[in-house]
Amino acid sequence: MLKVENIYKTFNAGTINEKTALNGLSLHLEPGDFCTVIGGNGAGKSTLLNAIAGTWYVDEGNISINGIDVTKMPEHKRAKFLGRVFQDPMLGTAANMRIDENLAIAARRGKARMLSSGITAKERESYKELLKTLDLGLEDRLTSKVGLLSGGQRQALTLLMASLQKPEVLLLDEHTAALDPKTAAKVLAKTDEIVGKDNLTTLMITHNMKDAIAHGNRLIMMDSGRIILDIKGEEKKKLTVEDLLNRFAIASGEELNNDRMILAK
Amino acid sequence: MSLLTLFNAMPGAIAQGLIWGIMAIGVYITYKVLDVADLSVDGTMCTGGAVCIMMLMSGAPMWLALIVAVIVGMIAGLATGILHTLMGIPAILAGILTQLGLYSVNLKIMGKANVPINNQKYNLMVSLLYVKNVPFYKNTILIVAICILILVAILYWFFGTELGCALRATGCNPNMSRAQGINTKVNIVLGLMISNGIVAFASALLSQYQGFCDINMGRGAIVIGLAAVIIGEVVFGKLFHNFALKLVAVALGGVIYYAVLQVVIWLGFDTDLLKLLSAIVVAIFLAIPYVKKEYFPKKKQTAKEDK
Repeated sequence: MLKVENIYKTFNAGTINEKTALNGLSLHLEPGDFCTVIGGNGAGKSTLLNAIAGTWYVDEGNISINGIDVTKMPEHKRAKFLGRVFQDPMLGTAANMRIDENLAIAARRGKARMLSSGITAKERESYKELLKTLDLGLEDRLTSKVGLLSGGQRQALTLLMASLQKPEVLLLDEHTAALDPKTAAKVLAKTDEIVGKDNLTTLMITHNMKDAIAHGNRLIMMDSGRIILDIKGEEKKKLTVEDLLNRFAIASGEELNNDRMILAK
Repeated sequence: MSLLTLFNAMPGAIAQGLIWGIMAIGVYITYKVLDVADLSVDGTMCTGGAVCIMMLMSGAPMWLALIVAVIVGMIAGLATGILHTLMGIPAILAGILTQLGLYSVNLKIMGKANVPINNQKYNLMVSLLYVKNVPFYKNTILIVAICILILVAILYWFFGTELGCALRATGCNPNMSRAQGINTKVNIVLGLMISNGIVAFASALLSQYQGFCDINMGRGAIVIGLAAVIIGEVVFGKLFHNFALKLVAVALGGVIYYAVLQVVIWLGFDTDLLKLLSAIVVAIFLAIPYVKKEYFPKKKQTAKEDK
């Protein structure tokens, strides 16, 4: 489904701030794979997702989605294949527009936008039903501006928007990191539900090892722009946080030194 | 300096205010909807009039002169858009470049710096002679008001379409827009074109209204446009929430601006200082949100920090 082959990305090349964020990384996801991504700060997790999403082009290597080479395809064209939820709840929705308008924009992802109505009455009804499933009371606030919603509500809405048009690959960039634990758990449960319902191929970054183990059928750990651990199938099911820490030490040759990840134990 | 003088001057101020209100609607689209400050309008505010007047004088019908004026204005917007999106020049600088270039273009269109048009010889749509003592259907105030209503109706419809929604999303959150498959660059160019087309239309009306087109008539247009946008927001913001009504508020903001200006002139204020006054008023209103946040934070927030 998703094929990332030997990609490289260096930021600020030739300056004192030069940083190799992706260092010959390869990753293949099968259809229906739900892969969690963990790794320390600066390991290149978000960079990987941005490379797939096309925020910028990679220096070297190839990316293809469902057999289509997207390496040189601009971000807005690639969006046809991708559902995205960002770490910052402000990034995924248009604050000055209404809830139903945001959903209508997401419903037209990958389609030509011309002069037909931006949102139809029929759509509005279906969005109402859809929002009911979130259980956040948003179905009664269809015409409220998204800017009035809480971070958790916005993130849940973004998740809904990302999956409204079934994406070939769903990209989740620490989408629960900015939420309080209770809301985060709710959004994660919703994520499982949405991914499970359509059997979406998913790549989910998380800083929480427990979440990384509890969700999905595959787990990769990144360090210095590479994948250093790839655990799937039965092995993934039996995985514990202890195992993960030990295997990180072996794979990278150093202790895991990320406070956020250790605290999340 | 009797009150009667002021009273007599008011219809003219209202008509002029409404024409500048159309211009301000153009500014609203870039400044508020697209979140881009577009300075090319200082040039377009002359271009539209220049094209319209020259075409009328060469015998073209009014409707054709207006359409061509709008199209030329849109081309100016396209130029700014290309400079900004395809060449990566910051929006403000791109607008200034277009504005400067347009100065020459406007001179070439007109052939000289000032072209008068005789309203006896040509059948003009609006004129400062048509604000009083004419049959009501010829009254400039009514005609411009109808233009505004039609324009608002078209814009209201457009911003409700898929394309219009994409344009609004682009201005609100470019990140989200790209993630939802919207080509933000195309939308920025489109917004600049629409805005400059509207400004050129206002310019075409203004030059007919005042009976001439002058190379300097667009100078400071962006400031008047912003003033109208801000006045409209401050005065009607609490009342009008609907998008169409917000646009009407902007046009009324233009009227208030010119009405106040008329009062200031009536009071005997040195007219040389008017532009300075406009600049100061707009600067104050633009600064208010920042000053409020920075120097007078809400009590609620301070209480939280104290904890």
